[in-house]
Amino acid sequence: MKTENQKAWFFVLPVLILVAFNALIPMMTVVNYSVQETFGDNLFFWEGLTWFENLLRSERFHAALGRQFLFTFLILIIEVPLGIAIAMSMPRKGIWVPFCLVIMALPMLIPWNVVGAMWNIFTLPDIGLMGYFLNHVLGISYDMTQNVFAAWVTIIIMDVWHWTSLVVLLSYAGLVSIPEAYYQAAKIDGASNFAVFRFIQLPKMKNVLTIAILLRFIDSFNIYTEPFVLTGGGPGNSTTLLSIDLVKIALGQFDLGPAAAMSLIYFAITLLVSWLFYTLMTKDDVRS
Amino acid sequence: MAKITLSQLRHSYFDQPRGPEDYALKQIDLDWHDGGAYALLGPSGCGKSTLLNIISGLRTPSEGRILFDDQDVTHLPPDQRNIAQVFQFPVIYDTMSVYDNLAFPLRNRGVPAAQIDKRVHEIAQMLEVEEMLNLRAAGLSPDNKQKISMGRGLVRDDVNVVMFDEPLTVIDPHLKWKLRSKLKELHQRVRATMIYVTHDQTEALTFADQVVVMQDGEIVQIGTPVDLFERPAHTFVGHFIGSPGMNVLPCEVKEGGAFIAGQQVALEGEIVGGKQGQTQIGIRPEYVSLGSDGLPATVKKVADVGRHYVVDAMMGEQKVSAIIKQDVPEPGQAVHLQFKPEQTRLYRDSWLATAAREASAS
Repeated sequence: MKTENQKAWFFVLPVLILVAFNALIPMMTVVNYSVQETFGDNLFFWEGLTWFENLLRSERFHAALGRQFLFTFLILIIEVPLGIAIAMSMPRKGIWVPFCLVIMALPMLIPWNVVGAMWNIFTLPDIGLMGYFLNHVLGISYDMTQNVFAAWVTIIIMDVWHWTSLVVLLSYAGLVSIPEAYYQAAKIDGASNFAVFRFIQLPKMKNVLTIAILLRFIDSFNIYTEPFVLTGGGPGNSTTLLSIDLVKIALGQFDLGPAAAMSLIYFAITLLVSWLFYTLMTKDDVRS
Repeated sequence: MAKITLSQLRHSYFDQPRGPEDYALKQIDLDWHDGGAYALLGPSGCGKSTLLNIISGLRTPSEGRILFDDQDVTHLPPDQRNIAQVFQFPVIYDTMSVYDNLAFPLRNRGVPAAQIDKRVHEIAQMLEVEEMLNLRAAGLSPDNKQKISMGRGLVRDDVNVVMFDEPLTVIDPHLKWKLRSKLKELHQRVRATMIYVTHDQTEALTFADQVVVMQDGEIVQIGTPVDLFERPAHTFVGHFIGSPGMNVLPCEVKEGGAFIAGQQVALEGEIVGGKQGQTQIGIRPEYVSLGSDGLPATVKKVADVGRHYVVDAMMGEQKVSAIIKQDVPEPGQAVHLQFKPEQTRLYRDSWLATAAREASAS
């Protein structure tokens, strides 16, 4: 006979309270806003699903969402292979290991808005090191405040510079955990370098890579500070990513209702894509 | 298949070795005959894995040469030596099926698919893993994983030597025995030279025809399991092999005889070699008996190990173990120890220093 004891619920209670205060209650206020309209004075009018309908039909939202997916797609497709490549070329033992690790970790330690400001100054055509060099030494016309392509290249490079290290460090952790015997066995089996990568290193890195890709997806999909400081969403709306647009609606226009509806949809998309990534990448494990 | 010759092999992990203590392997000269089953036995850190890695080509020796059938392979990489190695922890390619694991070494060498298929099935049958061929290798139990990594070595029919580096470490005790006899059986079927590295005497003695005992980077004795047990050439072999190991008792040599605490002890034969050096008497507990006369001692501890009793007696400060089948003494009791003369040997500076008896040499 199994004994049932409902007292176990008490142990879950602290977590429940914590989650309620840091996630559920704040989120419910957003849900509250998303179905109402207000003109200030704490007066609210019921609107139902109007904001959601408007938003899903809004071309402005579609454009921002498209830019957001493009941005995330580009940085993932650059940072993941680049991170793996750097991790593989780092020394596994010796005095250079701590040096490499610190160098790699440095960009991640810099605050977001500082990164934005740094790159802003760095790329100014008249006084920035990179901007000046491109314009006046190489003679390439480059001004990210005027040119859409230049702005995109700059925010992508900035993110790659800031966050590739995360992929590097996680991949490196996966790589160093591979016992020497695997490499020795592969040598004896006559495996090529590519086969070693494909059948030993990549499978052993899979778990940490799943985490790396998930983290990079979530962070880049929610990115705000760096592009905001760097380009302010411009030129025009060309680098207005979802979160920048959201802040414009919520604080610039003070449209609390539409902004709340957008927040919820934004959240749902992030959750959905994260879940898809996770399920696809761990599918094999469940089967075996 | 090949004969393997190690010639004046030395290896140091230092770039500039200053003395013999810097060498992990000190001067190894050894012939491994084609098709033999060898064990390399020694405690952790004695250099046996280094030696194995030098034979497989994972490491290049500081000095000396390795010959496979008189062809110098000292500087050949592992994949060109046609060797196979099974590691302490099973190495399998997680994402592949068992079939693909076994086929991997052949595919890397560009063997035609039909031939690969035939070979893989042969080996799978030999290892009794046929029904697992389509499973993913990651899900197997440790003993099956170890079988697969063994199979990857055996699947090539041109292997010169299969090497095992403590392959049973992660295997459950009740499966160890099974896997060990499987190995023995495989050796008889495949007839490849096999070298089995271990620090477990039971594994070494049951697997091998010839056991090479190593200590501190040196080979101290090569012989059949019986040789090693009956006539250890070095006190290290004596107490490393056997349970409990050989008793090694300091003694005095005068007038051509050996004396312990003033009493002469009969030896197997004449004392040979020089006069210098520390002398010791070596006698296995199996050949120590309790009697009415002999060396006086006090029983300290009696352990019942099932088939017999192990009696630890103190001769002054010196502990002597004896294996007794009946008439077990009590702890504290005064006894006399008798050594079987034809199994009592003298060691000088740890090396055997008595001539073998004609009778016991047979």
